[in-house]
Amino acid sequence: MHRHMIRLALTLTFPLALTLALALPGAARVHAAERIRIGFLSTLSGPSAALGLDIRDGFALAMQQNGGKLGGLPAELVLGDDQQNADTGKQLVERLLKKERVDLVTGIVFTNVMLAVAPAVFEAQTFLISANSTPLQYSGEGCNPFFFSTSWQNDAVHEAAGRFASDKGYDRLVLIAPNYPAGKDAMNGFKRFFKGAVIDEIYTRLGQLDYAAELAQVRAAKPKAVYIFLPGGMGVNFIKQYHAAGLNRSTVLVGPGFSADEDVIKAVGEPMIGMFNTAQWAHDLDNAQNRRFVADFRRQYGRTPTMYASQGYDAALLIDGAVREVKGRIEDKAALRRALEAANFESVRGEFRFNVNHVPIQHYYLRQVVKGADGTLTNRLVSTVLAAHGDAYATACRMR
Amino acid sequence: MILFLEQGLNGLQFGLMLFLLAAGLTLVFGIMDMINLAHGSLYMIGAYLAALILGSTGSFLLAVAGSLAGTAVLGMLLEISVLRRLYSRDHLSQVLATFALLLIANESMRILFGSQALTLNPPAVLSGPVELAPGFFYPAYRLLIIGVGLAVALLLYLLVSRTRIGMLVRAGASNREMALAMGVNVRALFTAVFGFGAALCALAGAMLGPLLAVEVGMGEGILILAFVVIVIGGIGSIRGALAGAVIVGVVDTLGRTLLPMSLRTVLPPTVAGNLGPSLASILIYVLMAAVLFWRPQGLFPARG
Repeated sequence: MHRHMIRLALTLTFPLALTLALALPGAARVHAAERIRIGFLSTLSGPSAALGLDIRDGFALAMQQNGGKLGGLPAELVLGDDQQNADTGKQLVERLLKKERVDLVTGIVFTNVMLAVAPAVFEAQTFLISANSTPLQYSGEGCNPFFFSTSWQNDAVHEAAGRFASDKGYDRLVLIAPNYPAGKDAMNGFKRFFKGAVIDEIYTRLGQLDYAAELAQVRAAKPKAVYIFLPGGMGVNFIKQYHAAGLNRSTVLVGPGFSADEDVIKAVGEPMIGMFNTAQWAHDLDNAQNRRFVADFRRQYGRTPTMYASQGYDAALLIDGAVREVKGRIEDKAALRRALEAANFESVRGEFRFNVNHVPIQHYYLRQVVKGADGTLTNRLVSTVLAAHGDAYATACRMR
Repeated sequence: MILFLEQGLNGLQFGLMLFLLAAGLTLVFGIMDMINLAHGSLYMIGAYLAALILGSTGSFLLAVAGSLAGTAVLGMLLEISVLRRLYSRDHLSQVLATFALLLIANESMRILFGSQALTLNPPAVLSGPVELAPGFFYPAYRLLIIGVGLAVALLLYLLVSRTRIGMLVRAGASNREMALAMGVNVRALFTAVFGFGAALCALAGAMLGPLLAVEVGMGEGILILAFVVIVIGGIGSIRGALAGAVIVGVVDTLGRTLLPMSLRTVLPPTVAGNLGPSLASILIYVLMAAVLFWRPQGLFPARG
């Protein structure tokens, strides 16, 4: 009998490897200097697919507004779906770098994938523009000249949430995060700025969808508030089950922007009303570039963009500005790096500048989910929590 | 105390859903000596059907009923067209062929409905909590799942132990050759058992859909657990499947809470936070290994 089990285990892993080998659409292999090929490795399937799709749509919108060009060069996106799986990502990135010969890599959503693929990209001396995950491994001592982030250092959004929770006087808290690198970054960031007592820290499996056991623990701990870092489908399920268990009657739910963004709001609905969350961007942030981005995104895709979409959009604009600055000579890596560092573009979050570790120094805002005038649920900008905030690791970075 | 009670209910709820999958699997394995890796795909198809019917009619009851009927018919068609040819083959051919079915099912769903998860919401009346005891709230929907699971277990027990078809099933499970020799119409029996197993899968898929996510590949993880259940319970035994499923459900749920909690008393929280969930997730496999070691035929073996 157990022989069956071994066979079963083998046969279940084998096809996974097979399906991902087929997942990458074959594209024309012409590599000419008159075009730019972007390797877009992202999470495009499964319960957290909405994240990768939003980054992709944000990125594609910027390209489209530019007439399909980035920095004057015709641009082409080569898509790969990592399925939120580090091993899949690793195989796909080898293919993107060696077979597809892409000029830049972007799109990675999850930190477990980022940590698995980034070394190969750096090795190939290819620029990696992160439109989401920015782990401490590439922010401090391990900062890399080929790494740029158009999002935030992994801890930073949670640092803002920690500050907010302290200001609100939530003195007894339970923290919940997936048991993977970014989950720990999130908890560290939150605790760095939170002054009250953390009475329990719960780590769950990445991609877990049933939270009955964790909710029972929260109920037993009787905290004043719960802080969750559960991006994508994990957060959708958690918040639904949190309300089904009646915990919302006794405990306040606080999250980073990821846990209360438009994708989660759409999936969960009414129970989201009133939820506070922190982010580096809001769709009602008042600047010209953002107004244009939000209006065009809504027109193009029929939905309100998320943080992820704004980060993908900014990633495309950053590349656009830098490639234009080097006049399309993207083979000159040193010049392209200087151009990227200059960040010569109009960001949807207003002023944009890089720290020494190529991670933005920026404002972090408090947002709240409200029912809009037209009856739809959406986030509203409330206040600035941290102004011109860098990150805790930049001082350790000696950029070569 | 309330924590244990709530976790016990959670474990029972998870276990009963595992039972729905394991019951079909153990019958097919026990009676037809057939390893069906596509069993998880029927669970996925059941969930998709329920989500689609709910989306177009708005009735949860109709969605569950439609998904049951649709998946049962699909299961029977599958048995008649493909699986029937595999009974005489060895297990490796069966694994390969049904694995191909699993891949085909996954890709068809991806082509038809895309790779994003569909949402399946529980009926509005059941979306809140119920106060079971003063200060002890429990989600109404999970209570419904427990009720349905217990009802199906009872129904299956009556069906297998009190009816003629149940007698044939038991005869097939305990000695297939003898049942064949006694002139049992095995073809029809196999098709019926397979369709019934598919309907149980669909029920699990439709009931769990609102708690999890209706997505491509949702059947694989739970299928492995269902195999663990039938190994623990004993192949071909409904009673074993029920016992195994509840044991796995409770051990998994309690392990996920109690292990990290108790580790935290002796270890720093970051280490406990790392070690606890990893240990908890291997707990059921340790359990399976222990059962294989001391009782390789399972807790309630069907064959004498």
